[in-house]
Amino acid sequence: MDRVPINKVGDFLLVSLQGDIHDAVALALQEDLGNRIVSTRARLILLDISALQIVDSFIGRLIGDIAAIARLLDAEVIVAGMQPAVAITLVELGLDLKGIRTALSVESALAMAGIGARI
Amino acid sequence: MPVNSSSSRLDQLHTRSDDILARWIAEQKASGAARPDLISEADLGRQCSEVLSAFLGALGSGSTDVMGPAWEGMRSSLRSVSTSRARSGWKPSETVLFVLSLKYPVIDLLEKSANLDEVIAIERLIDRLALFTADLYQQGREDVILRQQSELLELSTPVVKLWEGVLALPIIGTLDSERTQVVMETLLKALVDTGSMIAILDITDVPTVDTRVAQHLIQTVSAARLMGAECFISGIRPQIAQTIVHLGVALPDVTTKATLADAFAAALGRLGRAVVPAGSGSMRTP
Repeated sequence: MDRVPINKVGDFLLVSLQGDIHDAVALALQEDLGNRIVSTRARLILLDISALQIVDSFIGRLIGDIAAIARLLDAEVIVAGMQPAVAITLVELGLDLKGIRTALSVESALAMAGIGARI
Repeated sequence: MPVNSSSSRLDQLHTRSDDILARWIAEQKASGAARPDLISEADLGRQCSEVLSAFLGALGSGSTDVMGPAWEGMRSSLRSVSTSRARSGWKPSETVLFVLSLKYPVIDLLEKSANLDEVIAIERLIDRLALFTADLYQQGREDVILRQQSELLELSTPVVKLWEGVLALPIIGTLDSERTQVVMETLLKALVDTGSMIAILDITDVPTVDTRVAQHLIQTVSAARLMGAECFISGIRPQIAQTIVHLGVALPDVTTKATLADAFAAALGRLGRAVVPAGSGSMRTP
């Protein structure tokens, strides 16, 4: 089964959403991410979605769920690299991901988290 | 009933086509449909003779269906005439008269030899061609409007870079759904292209803000936020602020400033920069 890779980079976890995310993949990702947050004690998760060209309400909710899970485990999610078309779709779907930090790119997300210089 | 029940009558029209052309042009001049200020006599003559030869050619086919293949040549001549007239400021009545004026010389010529049915048939044909021309003219005008609309849309959404990482979008005119879409797309694309963190939507020149416009603004701000940029709204005039409050529209989570200058200052502050007077001691160069 496809799994979304979760990379530990320094103090944070880097997750890149790419291609088709099916239900099973999404569920596995939520589970894996929870485990990795606990095992690595990461406080920050970079969710790179720059490769997502289209989204639906399912992906929109997935992003919200991931952020909520991370928050419960005392970690924060920064969503990075959202494409314009994706942003417009999410707004039209009424999913504006309130309370989740966003960044133009992974680079600016790192700068935002203040760890850009350390890498 | 075929129009050319007698081919001799058609021949007659053909042989006297110069005569018809001259009378047709005279007819247009008499009815004021010639417009010497818009078209020279030579051009009008050329236009008329082209349409007339297409007309006689189509008439020769015997078909009375002006939308049929036999009339294709005639339709394309009329199309070029009416589209060019729609663009260059002719009146619709003048354009229709152009076709209708053809009726009198043709019927005059036929009257002597043809029977009533044939005359009526020709009359019907020309009426239908005139209607067809009116439609084309209208379509030409609509094309002009559509083109202007899209040009206006492009013109009205400039994205200005104020500073490294700060974009401004002065919005001029009424915000409707279509424009909001264009504004949103232009802004988001510019954010990606320039890697800007802050965008300022300046609505100084938006005449009115109603619930829908407010909704559109909120959508644009939310979309920009989703991409990781921050959006300020500036240029809210006092009346507009009143309207927004009276309408009960809240602009939640949106930073609003009275003027573009205020918003720019806030943007610089967010980037950790400030504007200081020259020579205030912070300048490093002597």
